[in-house]
Amino acid sequence: MTALRAVRGRDALAPGRNARSKRDPGPRASRPRLAVSKPRRLATALLGLALLAPLASAEVVHRERSLYQTILVVKQGRTLCLQFSLRRAQRNQSCLDERRPERMVLDYTRMMMAALLFGPAPQRILMVGLGGGTLPMALTAIYPQAQLDAVEIDPAVVQVAKRHFGFTESERLKVHVEDARVFTRRAVAAGRSYDLIMLDAFGADYIPEHLMTREYLADTRALLTGNGALAANTFAISQLYDHESATYFDVFGPFFNLKLPSSGNRVILAAKTQLPSLMTLNTRAAALDKSLAPYGIKIRSYPRRLKSEIDWAADTRVLTDQYAPANLLQTR
Amino acid sequence: MSALVLSLAFVGGFVIMSLELLGGRVLAPYFGSSIHVWGSIITVFMASLALGYLAGGRWSLRSPSLAKFAGLFLVGAGLLYPLVYFSEAAMEWIFHTIEDPRYGSLAASMVLFVLPTAMLGMISPYAVRLLVRTTEESGNIAGRLYFVSTAGSALGTLGTSFYFVLWWEINTILTMLTAALVLAGTTALVVARIRP
Repeated sequence: MTALRAVRGRDALAPGRNARSKRDPGPRASRPRLAVSKPRRLATALLGLALLAPLASAEVVHRERSLYQTILVVKQGRTLCLQFSLRRAQRNQSCLDERRPERMVLDYTRMMMAALLFGPAPQRILMVGLGGGTLPMALTAIYPQAQLDAVEIDPAVVQVAKRHFGFTESERLKVHVEDARVFTRRAVAAGRSYDLIMLDAFGADYIPEHLMTREYLADTRALLTGNGALAANTFAISQLYDHESATYFDVFGPFFNLKLPSSGNRVILAAKTQLPSLMTLNTRAAALDKSLAPYGIKIRSYPRRLKSEIDWAADTRVLTDQYAPANLLQTR
Repeated sequence: MSALVLSLAFVGGFVIMSLELLGGRVLAPYFGSSIHVWGSIITVFMASLALGYLAGGRWSLRSPSLAKFAGLFLVGAGLLYPLVYFSEAAMEWIFHTIEDPRYGSLAASMVLFVLPTAMLGMISPYAVRLLVRTTEESGNIAGRLYFVSTAGSALGTLGTSFYFVLWWEINTILTMLTAALVLAGTTALVVARIRP
């Protein structure tokens, strides 16, 4: 039965790839892959072009095969980007503008900050998926009194964030190198809570399936303080869109979707309490505007873009630990 | 007889790999999908199969029969099915008892999968004993057996990872694997009665 071993070896690799880490499909490279189902060939061809263009002028500063993915640090002009490579597709997980390091280059990072519209200044923050550390660095700079826990499965990502993206750990900003599911379960058991939780765990292809089930979100919700808020980065045009929406709705009830025309991402904003009114959001945005401006975040434009309408099929199946074929659904 | 034993070995191989693949899904909510989780699962399946091969070979020395062969499947089913009910509780307990996620996932894999996998591992050597008549043909028969059981494993892996998880819940798949073992064992028992 030796041949079994070969079969096994391969399967073992596939789930391993589901590293939690960061994020963005990247405005150019990633989106065509998600839309593959319809005009598959055309999309593939476009993807090829989309990939070649930036690569031509990009310089690979660092390349590393970690336990979970191939990590690339790519420099284009003055912009440094962290990418996880899967087959030939690269997606920007984090980008840094060397001339203006505080400016958030990727749309989705700015969109995630909309979670601040929900409540008072967060004291305790949980960041799931580190990437280059853009969001944790910004949050601890804006809220110097806040304590932030970042969870990242891949130790190599933490090293790259420190070496290339100016990420630094401190008393107030701790990185926990472990699976987010394990961290969350232990945090719930220990009775910890957070005012702000950001979910941004991405592998090279998408969010690992055990980090988008009803059970995981319920545990995460249990970590939120009474008026705590959650922001989750997802893709706006994915086959999983409906399933994700149905699952978040199941756990949180009504939530806000934030989408921008320029971005392939959809940021989900949810809370334990009722969603704030447009007026409250506008007031809060005005108060935040000054502190967020250096990051390139036009927070005042966000409230009117927050949509709580149900834009998915009502009979969509909720993702659970028992039923989580996320990767299969995504590529259909 | 030969065709029956081969088909049963196919079912055994199918169930083993389908179970191993589901193992990753069963453990993920408690232990994540870090590389050590898959390491634990593969280690436990390999070690259990190794023990099963040894035990199956030894047991085949004691007046082997088709009825006893059928028993392997029925007992295997009996060891597999409880996973549907007790795996959550077992993992909950292990998660809170063992801090280190590596040893936690290893312990959980052992508690959940050693018994059914070892039992299913007994099938192949026992089947060799049932089929081999002469020394000359022994290699040929063993080869054929490995072929069908490993083909079963390949199909079990493919079916589970490509389709079953898309159609059914994990517990439903575990129940169906149990049913397949019961069906295989019962068929063998009936044949053993008709043609002793």
